[in-house]
Amino acid sequence: MPKEAIVRTIGLKKTFLLGKIPLHVLKGIDIEIYRGEYISIMGPSGSGKTTLFNMIGGLDKPTEGKVYIDEVDIAQLDAYELAWLRCRKIGYIFQTFNLIPVMTALENVMLPMIFGGMENDEAMNKAKSLLETVGLGERLHHKPFELSGGQQQRVAIARALANDPAIILADEPTGNLDLKTGKEIIHLLKEMNKNKEVSIITATHDLKMLDVSDRVIWIRDGMIERIEDRENLQIKVGEVEGEE
Amino acid sequence: MQESVPGKKIDKQLTLPLRHALNMSIRNIKIRFGRSIIVTSSIILGIAFLMSILANNAFMAGILEKGPEHIKIALQQDIEEMKIRQIWLVSLSLLVCVVGIVNAMLMAVTERAREIGTMKCLGALDKYIVEIFLLESSMQGVIGSIIGVIFGFAASFIVYLLKYKGLVWSIFPTELLLKYSLFSILLGVIISVIGAIYPAYVSAKMEPAEAIRREV
Ligand SMILES: Nc1ncnc2c1ncn2[C@@H]1O[C@H](COP(=O)(O)OP(=O)(O)OP(=O)(O)O)[C@@H](O)[C@H]1O
Ligand SMILES: [Mg+2]
Repeated sequence: MPKEAIVRTIGLKKTFLLGKIPLHVLKGIDIEIYRGEYISIMGPSGSGKTTLFNMIGGLDKPTEGKVYIDEVDIAQLDAYELAWLRCRKIGYIFQTFNLIPVMTALENVMLPMIFGGMENDEAMNKAKSLLETVGLGERLHHKPFELSGGQQQRVAIARALANDPAIILADEPTGNLDLKTGKEIIHLLKEMNKNKEVSIITATHDLKMLDVSDRVIWIRDGMIERIEDRENLQIKVGEVEGEE
Repeated sequence: MQESVPGKKIDKQLTLPLRHALNMSIRNIKIRFGRSIIVTSSIILGIAFLMSILANNAFMAGILEKGPEHIKIALQQDIEEMKIRQIWLVSLSLLVCVVGIVNAMLMAVTERAREIGTMKCLGALDKYIVEIFLLESSMQGVIGSIIGVIFGFAASFIVYLLKYKGLVWSIFPTELLLKYSLFSILLGVIISVIGAIYPAYVSAKMEPAEAIRREV
């Protein structure tokens, strides 16, 4: 089976204007991510990881270059199609969880399905089973503030999976979690990656993430420094850990 | 190479059933009670003021219609000059009311930027965001106006009761008061919606990345 690129960027650039001074955050990123891959994007703080995510996820517009999701140039989409893409094709996970505070865990997971036009009962059943999958079957009716950070992130993972997306974008999903909880979240993501065949792209400083990644993309100052397969990684991990 | 994108546009539908939008708005009002109070109280004040003046007019009309001769003559003189002042006061108070609502809604938008950004990530169209904000403000408009009408009526009624005692009952202008109440409530809702349109529009137009970046 030929590898099928689910995400492709070509010459992606993003420049922010700070007053009149241009800040070149992404300076030409070309990546190809295949269906079912688990990708980690590593790089120092401020290197442009979140910015890259926002471009890939259709959350912001690139200054130059193109983003293809499933071979569709997302710059060509109108507002409606873009919302549809965010709803059905991509699941988002954030460092700060970003659950809707006034809604219960169950309702948070149901929301993307409701937007996607699913019947209420069907959405509820699916949300329940997703929450069970992430180990929160007992906490369906709790509000986010009644849940721990790790539990909130599990809800967020269930929500990201709601419409069976092709891609999950996770920006530092373990950034606000302790070591053990972070590990659990990483393994949960890996499990979803395997079982649901969803491509996962994470940005992270978390070296634990390297173990589960198929490839690691290192970026620095808005450019790709190197891309590594997992096989070549093992040695490096020790090295990097030594650096910190 | 031919790129085939079969059927990609077919089942692209997005919805936000009214039931869910309503549900979300009601919860937002309940949970952000402090903020709701600010919005609602500016409506209450504006509408109470309007209603007290309208009720005053209604009682006066009642007296002019059914009251005893000597009181009628005394009243007639006041009426002309009062009318002009009233229009001024009412317009001013309603203006203040709109400014209060816009202000409180703008704060609500800032506070909820991240939530709005997140909803857009989940597939919310701009119009859902607008819908939720407008629903919220119109519900606040209904509640605030009803309370305002009650207060406004009560104020006017007490003044007349003290001044004319039992006479008030015999001239009680029920029909006119009902008409004015409905008018005030309607106006209150319209003002709330007008006051919320701009903030709702602003919040809906934010790029999700921008909205989520905002620290609150
Ligand atoms: N909307 C914006 N306006 C101006 N500058 C921005 C904006 N978004 C990001 N930047 C700048 O772009 C650079 C890269 O930011 P980005 O958030 O992508 O980094 P990051 O790699 O995600 O960092 P971290 O690991 O700390 O999350 C930073 O210097 C940041 O200040
Ligand atoms: Mg970041």
